[in-house]
Amino acid sequence: MLSTILSGDMPRSRILAALLIAILICLAFAPFIFPGVRSVDTAARICIFIVLVASYDLMLGYGGIVSFAHTMFFGLGAYGVALACTHMGRGFDALLVGSIGGAALAAVLAFLIGLFSLRVRAIFFAMITLAVASAVAVLVSQMSGITGGEDGLNYKIPRELTPAFKFADEKIMGVRMNGKLLNYYLIFTCSLLLFLFMLRVVHSPFGRVLLAIRENDFRAESIGYRVVHYRVAATCMSAAVAALAGALYAIWLRYVGPDTSLSMEVMIDILLMVVIGGMGTMYGAVIGATLFVLAQNYLQGLMGAASEAVEGLPILPELLSADRWLLWLGVLFILSVYFFPTGIVGRLREGKKT
Amino acid sequence: MTAAPKHAPKMAQMTIAQRLSPYAPVILVVLLMLFGLVAIPSTSSWLTLTVSGLAMGMMIFIMASGLTLVFGLMDVINFGHGAFVSVGAFVGVSFLLLLENMTGASSLALNLTAMMVAIFGAMAATGLMGWAFEKVIVKPVYGHHLKQILVTMGGLIVVEQLIIVLWGPEEIYITRPEALKGAITFFGAAIEKYRLVAVGIGLVVFLAMRWVLQRTKVGLIVRAGVENGEMVEALGYRLRLVFVGVFIAGSALAGLGGVLWGLYQEVITAHMGNQSMILIFIVVIIGGLGSVEGCFIGALLVGLLQNYVAFLEPKVALISNIGLMVAILMWRPQGMIPVVKAK
Repeated sequence: MLSTILSGDMPRSRILAALLIAILICLAFAPFIFPGVRSVDTAARICIFIVLVASYDLMLGYGGIVSFAHTMFFGLGAYGVALACTHMGRGFDALLVGSIGGAALAAVLAFLIGLFSLRVRAIFFAMITLAVASAVAVLVSQMSGITGGEDGLNYKIPRELTPAFKFADEKIMGVRMNGKLLNYYLIFTCSLLLFLFMLRVVHSPFGRVLLAIRENDFRAESIGYRVVHYRVAATCMSAAVAALAGALYAIWLRYVGPDTSLSMEVMIDILLMVVIGGMGTMYGAVIGATLFVLAQNYLQGLMGAASEAVEGLPILPELLSADRWLLWLGVLFILSVYFFPTGIVGRLREGKKT
Repeated sequence: MTAAPKHAPKMAQMTIAQRLSPYAPVILVVLLMLFGLVAIPSTSSWLTLTVSGLAMGMMIFIMASGLTLVFGLMDVINFGHGAFVSVGAFVGVSFLLLLENMTGASSLALNLTAMMVAIFGAMAATGLMGWAFEKVIVKPVYGHHLKQILVTMGGLIVVEQLIIVLWGPEEIYITRPEALKGAITFFGAAIEKYRLVAVGIGLVVFLAMRWVLQRTKVGLIVRAGVENGEMVEALGYRLRLVFVGVFIAGSALAGLGGVLWGLYQEVITAHMGNQSMILIFIVVIIGGLGSVEGCFIGALLVGLLQNYVAFLEPKVALISNIGLMVAILMWRPQGMIPVVKAK
């Protein structure tokens, strides 16, 4: 039963299994275990980023394709929901149309980019996606009439998903039964389903072929698989899932803007999460996203404290100041590519074998 | 007995299209300039735009040439190349700010000396950094594209953050040296002096690079290494040393490009390298990875097109370069001047 749900990919390591279960339980009961606006927000962000990072891993870890346009797909989904909500009024149909429209557009765009670049060389893809993504980001901030420009868009989502809606008067464990709670569980359920879907995909025959292509594309081609077709298909699927993650993000935040959904910073965050968690395993996405989002929200405070502690020394306070946390993550990133190319998950699994 | 197959050799001349095909990229540049001449109503503004397009193209070329050579020689794709651009700009500008009394003076000689100091300082700094970058970051991941992209990207993040640590997070505004401010009028067209200087430096760099590659022994080894590295090594040359040299030279050129670009924009930020990477990649792709000439022509095309389109239809300018890239990849999927690999 469990094996079927996980598509036969058991964690294969006690520590990993314990970690995953802990994360699942924490996320499933986040509003009850950690009441408070900020912690629930962190939990929702973790859910969404798990999906986003897992979809990126389908491309990077399984397809061996480096893309820098993943935030663009993410943003397409987010803007899809935002635009649908702005123009169709508040309602669940707008959310549905927006998400599906965004995902479809993302898949088409991924198909076009893939057609141009993957046909020639896989590394072209990395450069072309970087160029296209930045062009789209600039375009979105320029076309302020449609997208709200740098300010982004604020819009209304169905009343049932907002704090204003109460479906029960009494509190359970001190938590208000309002729309925000429903919203969180909508995000959580969708993320869980999407994640299990990704897990299913990578353990299907399709996923196996992708792995073969990653290991040796020449040999895969010789056996008779159309490498380009598989790569383009993986890209499209990954783009569509990323757009759905973006749609969830837009539903949760009730705001989209270039900084939250399209900027290069988000792209770098995704890269860090994938590599630190472990490329080529879906569980890596879970661990990476959880650690990273937690670090993003709470490490900065810690670094600020450290910076104050070394006050007076030359340059050290500068290096440790809260704004410089990306520096240390960058260093961690380089080190993990060198020494733990399989990330945390790969390490845990190896540890068991020896 | 079967009859011998009919074989009647014909003396066919190459068609004009076939003869022109190797020169097609150059013709494209000329055609683009002619298109600009037709599309832009007044000749004087065409001249202004052409010069600024050429200046921009030259600067992009200077920044991109190192990247394309490094790729051609060792199959290393360096996503951290933009870091050298930023560092070059920051070091160069710091020198210029130090030499304020020289840049502020109205004598051209003093101004140029200050600029030379800034440029050589920046090139030395980025060259040294390139050497360290190659040793620490690139060397362990030879022959592994995926890791190269990831690690060099990580390097870019770290360097960007270090710049912020050293120079502070605010953007730095600079003014050009006194004698390079303003414009000269030529046939009714206002041409900024600084752009002419940029075109001059770009041309000098391109010609020097061509001279080194085509006329010297080192250039011969580099070109041979691009074509077939194993053969060169079998002949007893230490390609590894040549590669480190090319990497350092490429980084130094990126630093030079950074100084020029910073003075062109008159403002520098830690992210400018990352932003310039986008244009650099477009240029390198349409030129053909590994080809210096292709890179040069690609840079000119991008610079000219961007300036013409920005004048004619400002909104389209942002995506004109992407359009150009798509069109060229449809025409020649390996880039305009593909590098022939004997592998």
